[in-house]
Amino acid sequence: MTEHEPESDYEHVDADAVDVVEAADVPRRLKEEIYQTIDDREGVTSQQAAEIVKAVETRYRETRVDALDPVGTVSAQSIGEPGTQMTMNTFHFAGVAEIDVTQGLPRLIELVDARKTPDTPMMTVHLDDEYAKDRDLAHQVVWDIESTKILALGDISTNVADMVVQINLNDDTLQERWPTYDDVGVIASEIADTIEDALGVKTRRQGTIIEFGPESPSYRRLLQLVEELRDIVFKGIEEVSRVVIRKEQNDDTDEEEFVLYTEGSAFGDVLSIEGVDASRTTSNNIHEVHKQLGIEAAREAIIDETMNTLKEQGLDDVNIRHLMLVADIMTNNGEIESIGRHGISGSKESVLARAAFEVTVNHLLDAAIHGEEDDLDGVIENVIVGKPIAIGTGDVDLRMGSLDVDDADAGAAPEPSDD
Amino acid sequence: MSIQTPKEIGSIQFGLMDPETYRDMSATKVITADTYDDDGYPIDMGLMDPRLGVIDPGLQCRTCGQHSGSCNGHFGHIELAAPVIHVGFTKLIRRLLRSTCRECGRLALTQEEADDYRDKLGRTKELGDDWSDVMKSAVRQARKAHRCPHCSSPQHDIKHEKPTTYYEVQNVLAGDFSERIAEAMQPDPDDEDDEGISPVDLAEKADLPAERVNQVLAGEFRPVGDDRKALEKALGIDLTEEDMNKLMPSDIRDWFEDIPDEDLVTLGIDPDRSRPEWMILTVLPVPPVTARPSITLDNGQRSEDDLTHKLVDIIRINQRFMENREAGAPQLIIEDLWELLQYHVTTFIDNEISGTPPARHRSGRPLKTLSQRLKGKEGRFRGSLSGKRVNFSARTVISPDPTLSLNEVGVPDRVATEMTQTMNVTDRNIDEARQYVRNGPESHPGANYVRRPDGRRLKVTEKNCEELAEKVEVGWEVNRHLVDGDIVIFNRQPSLHRMSIMAHEVVVMPYKTFRLNTVVCPPYNADFDGDEMNMHALQNEEARAEARVLMRVQEQILSPRFGENIIGAIQDHISGTYLLTHDNPHFVETQALDLLRATRVDTLPEPAGEDDDGTPYWTGHQIFSELLPDDLNMEFTSKVGDTVVIEDGQLLEGTIDEDAVGAFGGEIVDVLAKDYSKTRSRIFINEIASLAMRAIMHFGLSIGIDDESIPDEATAQVDEAIDAAYDKIQELIEIYEAGELESLPGRSVDETLEMKIMQRLGKARDSAGEIAEDHFDEDNPAVVMSKSGARASMLNLTQMAGCVGQQAVRGERINRGYEERTLSHYQKGDLSAEAHGFVENSYCAGLTPREFFFHAMGGREGLVDTAVRTSKSGYLQRRLINALSELEAQYDGSVRDTSGTIVQFEFGEDGTSPVKVSSGDDKPIDVDAIADRVVDAEFSSDEEKERFLGERAPKTNLSEHGVSARAEVESDD
Repeated sequence: MTEHEPESDYEHVDADAVDVVEAADVPRRLKEEIYQTIDDREGVTSQQAAEIVKAVETRYRETRVDALDPVGTVSAQSIGEPGTQMTMNTFHFAGVAEIDVTQGLPRLIELVDARKTPDTPMMTVHLDDEYAKDRDLAHQVVWDIESTKILALGDISTNVADMVVQINLNDDTLQERWPTYDDVGVIASEIADTIEDALGVKTRRQGTIIEFGPESPSYRRLLQLVEELRDIVFKGIEEVSRVVIRKEQNDDTDEEEFVLYTEGSAFGDVLSIEGVDASRTTSNNIHEVHKQLGIEAAREAIIDETMNTLKEQGLDDVNIRHLMLVADIMTNNGEIESIGRHGISGSKESVLARAAFEVTVNHLLDAAIHGEEDDLDGVIENVIVGKPIAIGTGDVDLRMGSLDVDDADAGAAPEPSDD
Repeated sequence: MSIQTPKEIGSIQFGLMDPETYRDMSATKVITADTYDDDGYPIDMGLMDPRLGVIDPGLQCRTCGQHSGSCNGHFGHIELAAPVIHVGFTKLIRRLLRSTCRECGRLALTQEEADDYRDKLGRTKELGDDWSDVMKSAVRQARKAHRCPHCSSPQHDIKHEKPTTYYEVQNVLAGDFSERIAEAMQPDPDDEDDEGISPVDLAEKADLPAERVNQVLAGEFRPVGDDRKALEKALGIDLTEEDMNKLMPSDIRDWFEDIPDEDLVTLGIDPDRSRPEWMILTVLPVPPVTARPSITLDNGQRSEDDLTHKLVDIIRINQRFMENREAGAPQLIIEDLWELLQYHVTTFIDNEISGTPPARHRSGRPLKTLSQRLKGKEGRFRGSLSGKRVNFSARTVISPDPTLSLNEVGVPDRVATEMTQTMNVTDRNIDEARQYVRNGPESHPGANYVRRPDGRRLKVTEKNCEELAEKVEVGWEVNRHLVDGDIVIFNRQPSLHRMSIMAHEVVVMPYKTFRLNTVVCPPYNADFDGDEMNMHALQNEEARAEARVLMRVQEQILSPRFGENIIGAIQDHISGTYLLTHDNPHFVETQALDLLRATRVDTLPEPAGEDDDGTPYWTGHQIFSELLPDDLNMEFTSKVGDTVVIEDGQLLEGTIDEDAVGAFGGEIVDVLAKDYSKTRSRIFINEIASLAMRAIMHFGLSIGIDDESIPDEATAQVDEAIDAAYDKIQELIEIYEAGELESLPGRSVDETLEMKIMQRLGKARDSAGEIAEDHFDEDNPAVVMSKSGARASMLNLTQMAGCVGQQAVRGERINRGYEERTLSHYQKGDLSAEAHGFVENSYCAGLTPREFFFHAMGGREGLVDTAVRTSKSGYLQRRLINALSELEAQYDGSVRDTSGTIVQFEFGEDGTSPVKVSSGDDKPIDVDAIADRVVDAEFSSDEEKERFLGERAPKTNLSEHGVSARAEVESDD
């Protein structure tokens, strides 16, 4: 780390001021702020500097969490209590009118449960510079992401008499979705290849018309082929069924840019697509974020997602520190753990704590087999055995000494000081 | 003094119990299924044997000599005629059977594998992960072995028939082996070239003597082992069949006895505390009588506990089993009895096993046996250990009392005389203590019990109180009634956050309800429509001190959820301050004094001016300012939209409404609580509530149905707006029906139409609202309430005066009911607003029957939603609290759980407390303002400066009892 040299950084800060500021028990950012303030005032007397530092130090100490504060319980309550005010209405329009997203209490439960896939997976895809500004380039990315199925490309007609399925591809759509190709014929032949690979049939192509049928005449097989044809993904990512493109204000640069919202999520695939700004793109599937970007990103994602869920319900006054604590406990061991029987509460060390939560009997029987020992460190165990819990005022070992009667009589008892 | 030091539990070990140990500690063997004899005395060696403890008063326990109440009871035992399986361990038994050798009992793993699993197990234990996964994979590995790697005896598969039967599946030589061989030797009828195999060929092929083959074919020789395999190979057939060999519990027990300790360690079983053979019960513990007390019914009949019933069954079958066996009954009968015994022991342990019919009471109700006693919300763990019933508590209906301070609670005298506080008699309070005792238990500040130093507790009665009062000496304890100023804990369920449980000071009052100041309704989420609350009296000085310092209402003004005040003016208080300050009205001296009469202010400031006739007047702003501290400076925007400016404690302009003094973040209350003191803000809230009540009484505020009705021309305008919307919708429908409606991206045409109609109708209601709003006077009480934030929103007014609007179910227009229509009053496929739940009337005008019906549909959804939500969010809350309850901020600012694992290095990344900083505030410390203050040196006194610099700590305020608010502030300021 480089040594700070406030005297050179700030014109009006002298050595005396630096001494008092550096001696103060406040974090770096506040120290810098004090220098800046002194500098703005073009220097203050050392008396004043000392007083400023003292006052800031006092304020700082006042705003810190109290030692032994049961922050966990407070945070849990601060998230659980607004839960009672949230709606159960699962589907509603989120920030993007066109995409339905699970919201309210169900979404909060989903996050806390750490479900493998959310009910309505979604991604917010930000784009790199030129892609974000140019609508055509942005659309190119859209076609790379959105899964293109046959129905979007042309009309299918089933000729039962000749036992053929005929696809009449739309030239404009092809050109639009494969902008890098000049010839629609090339595109059509690629589509035909994809069909051959996927269905295992021979295709005939004429221009943009593709025909194929079952190897041997079978009515059932024909209809089956049409069904299968509908599910083939010709371009884009299979999981993403729809992409919505929107023009938004970029908060950092104050410029307008295109942002993509997707229905369905495949975070890893999207990050590698050209034009996608991987640094700002997110998914609402915290497990995908974890897999691609690591546990710290997952923690961040949990915080963001919970905050957004609360915000949609008008409950964004919940202090973000509570959400951080929940996210931190969920990611504490490097994996995403759910809150509940299968996660944190189920992996507690204490047998009694586990038994008191859920599946009481099994925990007791297992404990017997493993010969477990409960050291009674936690909260619930001590409530059960009737000991003071080691949190808050119960965690303080100091107690007031009692004076010896003789001492008190002799007046040897120390006078309580006035301040 | 005979104070017994309570024993402290250091830790709890779990394990299985050795039957030998068990027999040693048993108080008696139980052999008789009967409970009481004809005289009502417990039968010796019966289920109610007095050696197992006593429940009837007067009897003496034959084991410890104590009487009922002090004897905890002692276990007895039943010697089971044959071993039975413990149902809780069926899975583990299966695993052990599958993974260990049937001959030598060793785990079927090679040394390297075993070492590997042991290492893995140690690692998972270190990491605190689930070790059962390691065990499972070890078992899976061991099961693969067909031969024991230690004694190389062949292993067989184990079949488990739930719940408690195990079979060993063996492949044995089929009974019809000679037929099978003969058949295989026949020529294939479809294949002409095949001539079959002659016995000689077969002998050659299988490399056996021809003689032997003939013997086999004749069924005289059973080809086992290598012979069988050779024949099978030669003919390409299978000569075996599956044989299920039932493993009796005694067999399993013998098997498990052979498993060596070190192999158990590999599987994660602690052999010191639990040997696997102990999972097979040979002796059954009989819980003490105190754990299964019988109740005497009114008719003198005894009703036994479910466990006793079950034990009776077990003993009966056990007896029968033994008798039958001694009489040499056939194997079949013995096996049946064995199974029956197994069933009874199984249901004694757990009566909710799937696949087993639950044991039932005579009435048909399933018995509540051991597992059921522990499980679930009302079970032992959640119902009796984590949450207990307590003494010194009271519950009654709450009602409001605006004359109380927010720190206080009105306690009915009959509660106060029942609940007591323990008073240790000393030199200083002995006279007081004697007076309490002298007053007796009936008259109010009296006492109910005294406790002598020798521990004897004496009840104070009307008769003995005078006499007892003289006896009270230093060192006694007096349980005196609650008196004014005592601290108690007050709680309203559901206790969703910490402000649901707060400490109040007692004010003893007549009548039967708890009284509380209306400003504490928001933290408790209480109203007075019949809510009840609980009160708890604290029983030792430590608890009382903690309650006063940490839990008193004034300490909880700021909510840790959003860091702003949760206690403040509500409802009428806000209307009152609005009326007082909005138009800044004038008051003459008597009026001004009347407004301030319930506050500590007793002198008026200089009048603001004089009327035409020379009488001095004071303004609303002036009167409000009297409640503010003299050095308060702030500026903010009020809810009504004007700028509130306060300079040196004087309100210069602006309206005081919800945003200034309300609960949930009223600016002034928030600043007072953070920058001044909790005491100062408590005084302010109390006074603003009193002042507001006076003000609202001065002006008067009432609403009636006329206040929500609008003139006819306005109604006409509303109708016009709605008609315009109808026309537009008709247009949309026509476009849609013509198939020309263009769909929105990602939506179907139907959805697009619905969205557009909804939008248009929403707009129609909004415009109806605007029209209604225009026709309301500024001083309309309903408008005053909604604008000031006291109660109701403009939307509520719109619905009352203008138009109720679209009713929705699942966020859509109403689309349910009959086929293609909502009600039989409409044509099929009618898409109009009317047919899909648009209510065009206002509540004032009244709804048509159809509208009313649609409205009820929407209303029902809301009710269902709330009902579902409360249970879901309750469970979420329970899980969150359970997961986070162990976390605590440490002295170094980090957050750790009770076992020391660090969860955060600095709470909330910056160590800032959410209570002291509003959640919207990203810069809690305004260095600039501090510097301004220091540089400008605007301190009225050294004291103020010292406090600003933090050199002087504010006094801890502990009680407002007996202190006038005035004196308090002076000592505080």
